Amino acid sequence: MQKSTGQLHNSWHNFSKYRPLIRELVTRDLKVKYRRSVLGYMWSILNPLLMMLLQTLVFSYMFRFDIPNFPLYLICGNTLFNFFNESTNMGMGSVLGNASLIKKVYVPKFIFPISRVVSSFVNLLFSLAAILLVMLITRSPFYWTILLVWAPLLLLLAFCCGMAVLLSALAVYFRDLQYLYGILTMAWMYATPLFYPISALPPFMVPVIKLNPLYHYINCMRCLVMYGTLPGPNTWIACVGSAVVMMGVGLAAFRKLQRNFILYL
Amino acid sequence: MSIIQVEDVSMRFNLAQEKTETLKEYTVKLLKHQLFFNEFYALRDISFKIEPGESVALIGRNGSGKSTMLKLIAGVMYPTTGSVTVNGEIAPLIELGAGFDLDLTARENVFLNGAVLGHDRAYMQEHFQNIIDFAELWDFVDVPVKNYSSGMIARLGFSIATEVRADILACDEILSVGDFMFQQKCHQRMEQMLSGGTTLLFVSHDINQVKQLCKRAIWIDHGHLRGDGPAEEVCNAYVAAMERGE
Repeated sequence: MQKSTGQLHNSWHNFSKYRPLIRELVTRDLKVKYRRSVLGYMWSILNPLLMMLLQTLVFSYMFRFDIPNFPLYLICGNTLFNFFNESTNMGMGSVLGNASLIKKVYVPKFIFPISRVVSSFVNLLFSLAAILLVMLITRSPFYWTILLVWAPLLLLLAFCCGMAVLLSALAVYFRDLQYLYGILTMAWMYATPLFYPISALPPFMVPVIKLNPLYHYINCMRCLVMYGTLPGPNTWIACVGSAVVMMGVGLAAFRKLQRNFILYL
Repeated sequence: MSIIQVEDVSMRFNLAQEKTETLKEYTVKLLKHQLFFNEFYALRDISFKIEPGESVALIGRNGSGKSTMLKLIAGVMYPTTGSVTVNGEIAPLIELGAGFDLDLTARENVFLNGAVLGHDRAYMQEHFQNIIDFAELWDFVDVPVKNYSSGMIARLGFSIATEVRADILACDEILSVGDFMFQQKCHQRMEQMLSGGTTLLFVSHDINQVKQLCKRAIWIDHGHLRGDGPAEEVCNAYVAAMERGE
């Protein structure tokens, strides 16, 4: 049963009915992504490795920071940040990109940003192999805490879903956002300790950087993978808190804005 | 219970609004108070009910609001005022192949398009054979759709939308695609669905097609309801009005 006005759709019913669609869209994204490239999915592993190699060279010889096992430090941060960057960017354009479909068939629209984020997440899972490879090559010890790595990853997934849903709705009304966002993520990248340690910053900057949710996800990941320690409660609170808040804000804004999408697409 | 219930529906478009796409334009127009000018009502105070199993045509000139009406019923748009209630599954044939990804093959697109209509993989697997049979595309089933002709895409789209079970079939001027043989097949399939109890909602300029397929017609003129009754009667009134040069 479907009502266009008056009552809101039963979101949960909608979600379960269209779950196959998320699956199909994710499969589609993955198939199309590497179709016709010779190495195919290998690129999901190769890309972060090459990126890390390049950055290791640059930062070992040009700008030095005293970080033990710098390659692993780099690739942990980069993998998460790249996932964030790719998923929110693709998610942002997803409603606009599927305009032709949205104009013709009734489909719950939040499916589009969510499925883009999930595709990127699958890509991220492939990239984890690259991290393992780096650990083996650098003879980094394996701690039992590495088994908990799914926690920051899933929390980051939720954070990115919320962000992508929010951006995709805003981009419909202000298309300039798509261009602005590139600059924003660039600034965000420098504000995230990817290739420098947080201790290298002047003391007044530290609390500022700690407002950055990505810092906490990456920090959590590094604790579990590199240092074999459990992150403190503050890190967990920050990770869970920003995921929940971002999801809430994203979905609430999307729900409000989606009604008039069709008039702007 | 009516399967489709349309109550006092009005649909307003803001013509100026649609052009406002950048922040600069938006600010300038906001300052000049031009944002909310140029209101255009595509539909005004339309009400009707459709019972299960009926075959209804929406007729009217270009830009009269019939496609807008169909989109409101399909749940693609929301009315500005009034309400649209639909009690059943809709198979939209608004544009054939709207959900296709051109880089994927026909086989992959069947599952993607099925999911767009809310059907899972197992369900589509069951119907896969029939879909390709009807579209007559066995020779090209693993070819990317971008290499298809527009007629082939339309055939596949029609085949998917009509193979899966739906209570309401909403068609917008789609039977003009495809060759003569395929049009015949489409007609047959639609008549078969009608006798099976599916409700048909049909938008067309083609009066002969309307008379052939539908028992009832609703005439929309400049966004107003101008006639509602047996297809023969309403169509004749419509043709007479056109001939008078309205």
